[in-house]
Amino acid sequence: MIFNPQIILEKLPEIGSGLLVTLILWLVGIAGGVAVGFLVATARRFGGRAINLGLGALVEVLRGTPFLIQVFLLYYGGPFVGLMLDPIPCGLIALTVYAAAYYSEIFRAGYAAVPPGHVEAAECLGLSRLQAIRRVQIPEMALIVLPPAVNLAVILLKESAVLSIITVPELTATVSAIGSQQYAFLEAIFVLAVIYWAIVEATGRLGRVAENRLSRLRTANA
Amino acid sequence: MSLPAIAITKLVKRFGDSTVLQDIDLEIPEGKVSCLIGPSGSGKSTLLRCLAFLEEPTSGMITINGEALGFFEAPNGKRERLPPAQIRAVRAKTGMVFQQFNLWPHMTALGNVSEALKTVHKLPKGEAEARALAQLRKVGLENRANHYPSQLSGGQQQRVAIARALALEPKIMLFDEPTSALDPELTGEVLNVMRDLAAEGMTMVVVTHEIGFAATVAHQISFLDHGRLLFSGPPSEIFAKPRHPRLDQFLDTYLDRGASMLA
Ligand SMILES: Nc1ncnc2c1ncn2[C@@H]1O[C@H](COP(=O)(O)OP(=O)(O)OP(=O)(O)O)[C@@H](O)[C@H]1O
Ligand SMILES: [Mg+2]
Repeated sequence: MIFNPQIILEKLPEIGSGLLVTLILWLVGIAGGVAVGFLVATARRFGGRAINLGLGALVEVLRGTPFLIQVFLLYYGGPFVGLMLDPIPCGLIALTVYAAAYYSEIFRAGYAAVPPGHVEAAECLGLSRLQAIRRVQIPEMALIVLPPAVNLAVILLKESAVLSIITVPELTATVSAIGSQQYAFLEAIFVLAVIYWAIVEATGRLGRVAENRLSRLRTANA
Repeated sequence: MSLPAIAITKLVKRFGDSTVLQDIDLEIPEGKVSCLIGPSGSGKSTLLRCLAFLEEPTSGMITINGEALGFFEAPNGKRERLPPAQIRAVRAKTGMVFQQFNLWPHMTALGNVSEALKTVHKLPKGEAEARALAQLRKVGLENRANHYPSQLSGGQQQRVAIARALALEPKIMLFDEPTSALDPELTGEVLNVMRDLAAEGMTMVVVTHEIGFAATVAHQISFLDHGRLLFSGPPSEIFAKPRHPRLDQFLDTYLDRGASMLA
């Protein structure tokens, strides 16, 4: 047997469509996860004890169970509660919820890292609680969380491969199917690894560029 | 005698079981510089934070220009909380400067100084920035207006923080160890700004370990020890020998901080 990734690359259009699905799942998952995660973290931080505990429990369950299990539960368990979802919407929802749980934890830690003195300064200058949140706490938090947020985006890309098992036609499903058809499974896996790695690398670079650009907006000293 | 800028009566502050301030009675004269000194943990910051209403007193009264801060004593002797708008109005009479500057890192110097003018006072952007720029000029930082805090030295950051507080035209300025986080060679520029402010007749309450500054600029020095105000008076009296033994002890530990001139 000869190792020949060329066999896989002949199917470029199919790979392209799988890649497109993966990118859409990923980007929508990030956007939805950031949005929902932000709302969850903000509600937990400023919404009082009951909200904090309730949402906290939910986040813990989502973070304490494997993504694979969550996807199975939604896809195969959903119909029992009247939730019939096609693979792609099901995958989108699962990935978004999963992302939201982790993003909310990142944002929560970010809020906690904003020096209390910065908020007290706002208070002394007469800013209302809401103004202090909007003008000081949210922007400072956003800058603090940039590195871990990019890191999580990378993890989500890799987790999206899990959706292949509910027949979402994303990159992993597409390329491994090609591999099976062509009796070139190892080549398929190799091509997959290279594509994922390239996206991860590009994302990391983008993140570092953004971080450098924004570094002067961070606190100089404690 | 004119109304004191700040009157503190029977002020008590507890955190849980520990009493941090006990029965503080103190009047801060209008237009004068008042320094609070005392060993670490004696309650200086807590007292100052009570004046800024960052801490709520456990009991006792604080009035600022004769107006009650936060709470008032009802005729039946019970303490009642004032409405938020009134608390806000009384708090606006003071400006606070922190040891750690507490500038907002995502805003330029100009942004820091103009922020409250825009969001609280609702001034149009142009006017707010013009006023902010004037304040930055006053602390000698007009040419740093577009720098972010991370691009400024500690002394410059603290001067921006002073300008930020001054921009709202407070009647009283509160300083909590404004130079303690600075390298020694940078303390001078901040102390000079404070001297200028004192010379203009600003009422100032300064928590400081700069005994030299206190001895030369303050009109009143108050010595806190274990949450109690041991004594208070003009520097000439307080530093005159024989001194209170606790003050002597305290000064011994600060000989390297400019107190040597008094030895
Ligand atoms: N939020 C708080 N909760 C509990 N205890 C506190 C709190 N803030 C201050 N304390 C305690 O109150 C006491 C006085 O603290 P404070 O910061 O006022 O002292 P200080 O005189 O400013 O000291 P330093 O010179 O070190 O700044 C200390 O024992 C401190 O541990
Ligand atoms: Mg202190």
